[in-house]
Amino acid sequence: MNLLQPDPGLLFWMLIAFGIVFFVLAKWGFPVILKMVDERKAFIDKSLLAAKEANERLENIKEEGEKILSQARAEQLRLLSEAKLLREKIVEEAKTQASLEGGKLLKKANEDIQNAKNAALSEIRAEVAVLSVQIAEKVMRQKLDNHAQQTAMIDRLLDEMNIHKS
Amino acid sequence: MNVFFKKIFFSLFLFLIAGMGSIFAQDNHQSMAQKAEQMDVTELILEHVSDAYWWHIITINKKDIAISLPIIVRGSDGKWHLFSSSHFEYGHADYLGFSIAAEGKYKGKIVETNTDGEEIRPLDFSLTKNAVSLLFTSTLLIILVLSCARWYKRYKVEESSPKGFVAAMELLITTLLDNVIKPCIGKNYARYAPYLLTVFFFIFINNLIGLIPIFPGGANVTGNIAFTGVLAVFTFVIVNIFGTKEYWKEIFWPNVPWWLKIPAPIMPAIEVVGMFTKPFALMIRLFANILAGHAIVLGLTCMIFITVSMGAAMNSAMSVLSVLMTIFIDVVELLVAFIQAYVFTLLSAVFIGLSQVKGHHAKD
Repeated sequence: MNLLQPDPGLLFWMLIAFGIVFFVLAKWGFPVILKMVDERKAFIDKSLLAAKEANERLENIKEEGEKILSQARAEQLRLLSEAKLLREKIVEEAKTQASLEGGKLLKKANEDIQNAKNAALSEIRAEVAVLSVQIAEKVMRQKLDNHAQQTAMIDRLLDEMNIHKS
Repeated sequence: MNVFFKKIFFSLFLFLIAGMGSIFAQDNHQSMAQKAEQMDVTELILEHVSDAYWWHIITINKKDIAISLPIIVRGSDGKWHLFSSSHFEYGHADYLGFSIAAEGKYKGKIVETNTDGEEIRPLDFSLTKNAVSLLFTSTLLIILVLSCARWYKRYKVEESSPKGFVAAMELLITTLLDNVIKPCIGKNYARYAPYLLTVFFFIFINNLIGLIPIFPGGANVTGNIAFTGVLAVFTFVIVNIFGTKEYWKEIFWPNVPWWLKIPAPIMPAIEVVGMFTKPFALMIRLFANILAGHAIVLGLTCMIFITVSMGAAMNSAMSVLSVLMTIFIDVVELLVAFIQAYVFTLLSAVFIGLSQVKGHHAKD
């Protein structure tokens, strides 16, 4: 059959065509492409590895940061509680100091008052004594003069005293 | 999706109407051309799948429009002749003692009639339809692959990854590399990858161009035994030239009971035959698949013209059926175009891989 017989002319052209195509593509075509594909694959693998490492590092950094943060928080708590204690202590001290001082002042004031009172009382006593002596002097002088007058004098004195009393 | 189907049905409807118009037009000629219309389908299909000395494009009003191709022959006088195939007037005329045989052993080929009146075949290196198609697709393939390679040269790995056509080519290349070449050949794959990739793309592009029915395509290049034969020979040569010692040992002294080898070398004989049947199977498989594809499409198309004599109704019904089936087969052929290229490459890779065997002890 005609179809199964290869035609020598076509065989020749096929040999030439395929030979040239094979030569050109095997020299300048596919090796370039294959090389680049391999290189890109290597590059992608490398990039993936680098990305993985970076991720891991990031994870570490995050963990570290959290650790530092929690430490800081604990420190803060500790400081706060310390400060609170200190404040309470200071306030307490101030309070005792104040009450001690107040007590002292009060005591001193009381003493002063007492002193003033005593002084006033002794002054009054002295005045009363002087007055009594003066009255007694006047009475003594009147008695020596006249009886009637003595009586009047006594009345008047009594009145005066009453008036004073009332 | 609905719109899509509507469009398809609408175009089919239009086609049907147009088809009926042409059928009615044909009816007028029918009585006159009835004999001519009763065409020989086998002849027509064989003519279309065979090689030709001109590139037939279309026939209008019984006038053939074709591209004449250069004829290169060496006559019995030892002189080379180069002339256009238009001198043969599609096989109706002689030129310089050469003619195209109408029948006989060399039917459709250029023959030279010697003094005894016998037809002898001269050395014929004419650029036939298949040869021209082959040169065209080869140029196309070289341009396509080199343009891809240029892209890779222009951009650095870190800069950019390919897009569009280059990416599609890379997809095919990496698929073949990872699924076929590496697993079949093993660690030595880089040496054979360019050959196998060239084979794949060469077959694939010729298959695809062959499926295009109009001018630059349509030649049945991959369905020609010369085409598949040369490829098979290339694979055969590569398999046997780079075969390892172990490969040759397994052919001539295989690991079988001695009585299969000593008195009569039964196993070696089978192995030697096997050496040749492998590439032979490659050759026949590709040839038969593509030839059958072209023949089916042509046969289905011919259905329209065969049923002309059965009346307009039958003819239009068969025309619709024919178009639907042809579309279906054409889509299948697209798949086959890829699959056959893939299978040829795969089997070539397997045969090369088999010739790369190392001794069983030397494994790993």
